[in-house]
Amino acid sequence: MMDFYIILTASLVAINCALMGCFLVMRKMVMIGDAISHAVLPGIFIAYYISGTTASLPILIGAALSGILATIMIEWFTKKARLQSDAAIGISYTLLFAIGVILISKFGENADLDQECVLYGEIEYITGWLQPFIGGFELPKQTIILLIVCVILITAVVWGYKGLFITTFDPNFALSTGVAVTFWHYFLMSGVSLTTVVSFESVGAILVIAFLSGPPAIAYLLTEDFKKMLVLACLVGIACSVAGYYFAVWLDVSVAGSIATMIGIAFIVVFTFTSLLKSKADVISA
Amino acid sequence: MQFWENITTFFSAENYTLFVVSLGSGILCFAAGVVGTFTYLRKRALIGDVISHSVLPGVAIAFMLTGVKNPIYFLTGAIISGLLSIWIVDFVQAKSKLKPDTILALTLSVFFGVGIVLLTRIQHSGVAAQSGLDSFLFGQAASMGIFDVKLFSAIAVINIICITVFLRGFSLVSFDEHYAKGLGFNISILKSFLALITVITVAIGVQAVGVVLMAALLITPAAGARFLTNSIPKMLAFAGLFGFLSGLIGVFISYSGTGMPTGPWIVVVLSIFALIAILFGKKKGVFARMRLRKSNNVKINNENVLKDIYKLADKGNNTISVQDLIEKEKHSLSKLKSTLNRLEATDYIDQVRGLVILSDKGRIAAREVIRKHRLWEIYLSKYFQLDEDHLHDDAEGIEHVITPEIEKELIKLLDRPKTDPHQSEIPY
Repeated sequence: MMDFYIILTASLVAINCALMGCFLVMRKMVMIGDAISHAVLPGIFIAYYISGTTASLPILIGAALSGILATIMIEWFTKKARLQSDAAIGISYTLLFAIGVILISKFGENADLDQECVLYGEIEYITGWLQPFIGGFELPKQTIILLIVCVILITAVVWGYKGLFITTFDPNFALSTGVAVTFWHYFLMSGVSLTTVVSFESVGAILVIAFLSGPPAIAYLLTEDFKKMLVLACLVGIACSVAGYYFAVWLDVSVAGSIATMIGIAFIVVFTFTSLLKSKADVISA
Repeated sequence: MQFWENITTFFSAENYTLFVVSLGSGILCFAAGVVGTFTYLRKRALIGDVISHSVLPGVAIAFMLTGVKNPIYFLTGAIISGLLSIWIVDFVQAKSKLKPDTILALTLSVFFGVGIVLLTRIQHSGVAAQSGLDSFLFGQAASMGIFDVKLFSAIAVINIICITVFLRGFSLVSFDEHYAKGLGFNISILKSFLALITVITVAIGVQAVGVVLMAALLITPAAGARFLTNSIPKMLAFAGLFGFLSGLIGVFISYSGTGMPTGPWIVVVLSIFALIAILFGKKKGVFARMRLRKSNNVKINNENVLKDIYKLADKGNNTISVQDLIEKEKHSLSKLKSTLNRLEATDYIDQVRGLVILSDKGRIAAREVIRKHRLWEIYLSKYFQLDEDHLHDDAEGIEHVITPEIEKELIKLLDRPKTDPHQSEIPY
């Protein structure tokens, strides 16, 4: 049963991240996801310090707030200070992460919380918090939250598909036809923040970034059709989760690290395959 | 006073460990700031993030192969896997349609994932000597020894020598690779060299401040320095200085407080330096640009009002009231009044009982604006074949920014025309 819980949890994270990641990849904004996933640290700690618990809701709110703070900082640095965007991202998240580490070491000696859990997550221990779910079925608490977020994200993507699609692929056209580009930007960023924040606790920042960038990149190499890309990215993410889990069990290593490794292997395979096909096609057409 | 006591201890170098740690951090941050200037200028600031995550598998493999915690082995492993990560980023970028940000994120997370797999493998295999590998993840500046300081100094010296020797090449590669190529520079060698010193700096620095914060040591000083100067040598100097000072101050703060981590404090101090530069930079700072925008607006307002007064006077209206001006261009009353007061204070106009009279100085200024406006209209209609009704709005904006030199050029180019496309006379 434990296998099932862990694979299910990882797969849910994979689906959530793949849905958001496809848009981020096409918008050239993946590194903002990276920034948010590191920047949640101070928010988590402050929420923990004020509420005194590691209960999910306060922690989620704290994390979401500092995720939003990170996007606002990046926005301010690029728009108001005219700093180039890569540097804006770099400065914002390192500063927030540093503040988080300082807060934890100053006030959180007894805190059940450290920077390692933000980086790695604790998917191995997820089954420690089983909660009753529909029909007498039990699921870990994290998994239930991820499931809810997954439903929210799928609904949001289906409902807002047109707006997200047009602002991603042709923002100028969208602007000229009166589509609210800024609204869709923040719509997407809220989705990304939500995804990162609910995922980091179970799988850690590193796997979140791997899921945000890897499966969408693989899917993009395989198809030009964006709808197919979304579905394919979800499937790749799930496949890597399953393979990564068993790989981790086999070698007795970190599950999150192992899934990220699988994503890397999948990428290498697809990249080599598509490059070979392309060079073959080039030879034939030449 | 505890604070002064701390300061005196800090500077007296009485406390040997403290002296070593602060000197080491300062030198390390200096070296990183200098190299980071070029990654920043190449708009690859986040490559530092990728390298610092990517050294992990190299370190783990070095440990697995040798079974000992030797910093030289670790460093070799770190440098090899760091270089590999840069090479992969460049290779995938050249060979696929994927964008840089995706490739960066994917590379750093997969390398780090592999690193964690190897690290957990080592931990679970129960080798006694494995403890301490974690310091590569989160950094342990406080445990710095004299060996580290020597290492940091060596890398700082190497960086300075490389940058001094290749300054021109590195600068050209940072701004315009094709141009550099055209001048006969060997781009790939310059780029590999830059990559090499970046990787070495990061690989060494990670041990002190940790994987996540290493990126800041490269990016933040350069970003701050960019707001202070346009010259690359000066930017290098500022970035190095910011780095060095932040290293010292960060160590001092963490020494003064109990249980304060060093790396994060260095990053916070660096960010404060950068923020000050970003806000108060003399020309590019946020406040400087706000001031500039405001003074431009004032200038535009002044010139527009002068122009209106002149045009009304030109139509034979000798007594121009504030009301006339409001009717002409729909100025708001309060704004118009403050503009008029400003113009009076600088002797462009006189105000007598609600009436406005241009002074000689004001007349000259108004004619100048109108002249520039009309010259520009002629230029547009002559060289861009724009219709008559498209000329005015464009000229309305540009009349405030044409410099005397451009005006001279225009007059020469257009052969000192007498009238504009709307047959209005041009006042010389």
